[in-house]
Amino acid sequence: MASRHQLGEPVVVVAGVEKAFGALRVLKDVALTVRRGETVCIIGPSGSGKSTLLRCINALVPISRGSITVAGREVNDPALDKLALRRDVGIVFQQYNLFPHKNALQNVMMAPLHVLKQDKAEVEARARMLLAKVGLSDKLATYPGELSGGQQQRVAIARSLAMNPKVMLFDEVTAALDPETKKEVLVTIQDLAAEGMTCILVTHEMGFAREVADHVYFTDGGVIVEHGPPGDLFGAAREERTRAFLDKVL
Amino acid sequence: MRVSATDLPVLLPYRAPAAIAPSGLAAPMLLGGGTLACFAILFGASLALAQVTARPAGESAATVLLRWAPLIFQGFLFNILISFLSMALGTVVGVLVGIAQVSVVAPVRRTAWGLTQFFRNAPWLVLLFYAMFLLPFEFNVLGLTIAFPAWIKAIIGLALPVAANVSEIVRGGIRSIPSGQWESAESLAFNRRQTMWMIILPQAFKRMIPPWMNLYAILTMATTLISVVGIQDGLTITRAALVAESRPELMIPMYLLLLLMFFAYCYPIARATLSLERRFNVKA
Repeated sequence: MASRHQLGEPVVVVAGVEKAFGALRVLKDVALTVRRGETVCIIGPSGSGKSTLLRCINALVPISRGSITVAGREVNDPALDKLALRRDVGIVFQQYNLFPHKNALQNVMMAPLHVLKQDKAEVEARARMLLAKVGLSDKLATYPGELSGGQQQRVAIARSLAMNPKVMLFDEVTAALDPETKKEVLVTIQDLAAEGMTCILVTHEMGFAREVADHVYFTDGGVIVEHGPPGDLFGAAREERTRAFLDKVL
Repeated sequence: MRVSATDLPVLLPYRAPAAIAPSGLAAPMLLGGGTLACFAILFGASLALAQVTARPAGESAATVLLRWAPLIFQGFLFNILISFLSMALGTVVGVLVGIAQVSVVAPVRRTAWGLTQFFRNAPWLVLLFYAMFLLPFEFNVLGLTIAFPAWIKAIIGLALPVAANVSEIVRGGIRSIPSGQWESAESLAFNRRQTMWMIILPQAFKRMIPPWMNLYAILTMATTLISVVGIQDGLTITRAALVAESRPELMIPMYLLLLLMFFAYCYPIARATLSLERRFNVKA
């Protein structure tokens, strides 16, 4: 399938990454490249190291060996300014993780206000704009506890976008949602991808991956088994393991 | 003998449990009312007993009690004052030590942990003795002599175990916040201090309030320990009154009067603690 955007320079380059928790090797020689404006989906069975890989990209989890560069910054560097890295990388979690003591607007405003020290009026205007973009203009003063799962997840997306990241990571963001609310979150991500945001998604939504991704990686047991454009991977997988997995989930 | 086709409880027809438990407010009201009534009966009985056993029959027990009540109440107020001040001091120190207990710097964390464990597992009276006899009675700061009276030493002595307990409450409160909150704050590039003060502590705060109030009630009752180290509190005055009257039969109603004051002060705190706990649980 042809790429839908003009792809730019590589934003995230993962090369030879190994990650072990004690004796358990979660990632083995993982390599992938994500270019600016590209949407990449990582699929694979549970426990194959997908979520760990995402957490390695924004240095929430340190890697054991290899190299990850994000916008030219080496993540596996003891002198890394983690906070600077994380300003460039937005991440959205499966469990939303909104701040329950702040309303939707405050959730979105907090980081730009206190981390980037931006002007309050500007931050607020932008936060309102972002919440409007994810379709939650009417929920500005609502606390997370009173929002549905899908609404919370959209606030979480707006909260990450407020930092103006260069790349967005989505860690199974629809896994905890029911089918109806799933859709609203997926549409939000699709819009984002269409606008040219660089996105890396770990997902079990095969239909979504097929439709939205520019490139799909299939991981199993900590290795990337196969990758390619969604048309190739979903239509004519080369590897037996990929076909077996797709047969089970599709 | 098996009556039904299954012995799995979930497969049996649902039977609502009998509604015998008094609902909502009824239980605490009954309980509180009952306790108060018990106290009143006990108090009346002890007065009557004192009246009939008096040898030789002198003033009525009630008259004597009424005469001393204002002074005992003053002493009791002094206990409350001491409890306020030790709680304030203990809370300030305890919050700092509690936060240090979750520090990423290992020596800070271990020191805070050690201090907390030491003072939490020490008898309060022993700590009070230490404070009374090890602290100087005056300070010399830049040629200025500052008096350090016994009651201030007592406040410090009581604040030690309070600080250790507050430290544990703070640590527990911080630990009770799901790790996802730390993760999301970190990934939004909040530094550790910002994460702690803006995201973790505000959420942990309401979980810390009930145990903190509980600790305060315990401290208030423990303030009578200061009478042992020679400070004039409610208990000292009650004892002095008994000595002055030299009427042993008044012992029960006289101490009961003091107990009643503490009860009237601490019981509402205990109730409020419970209701806060319940409210926060519902919201969480």
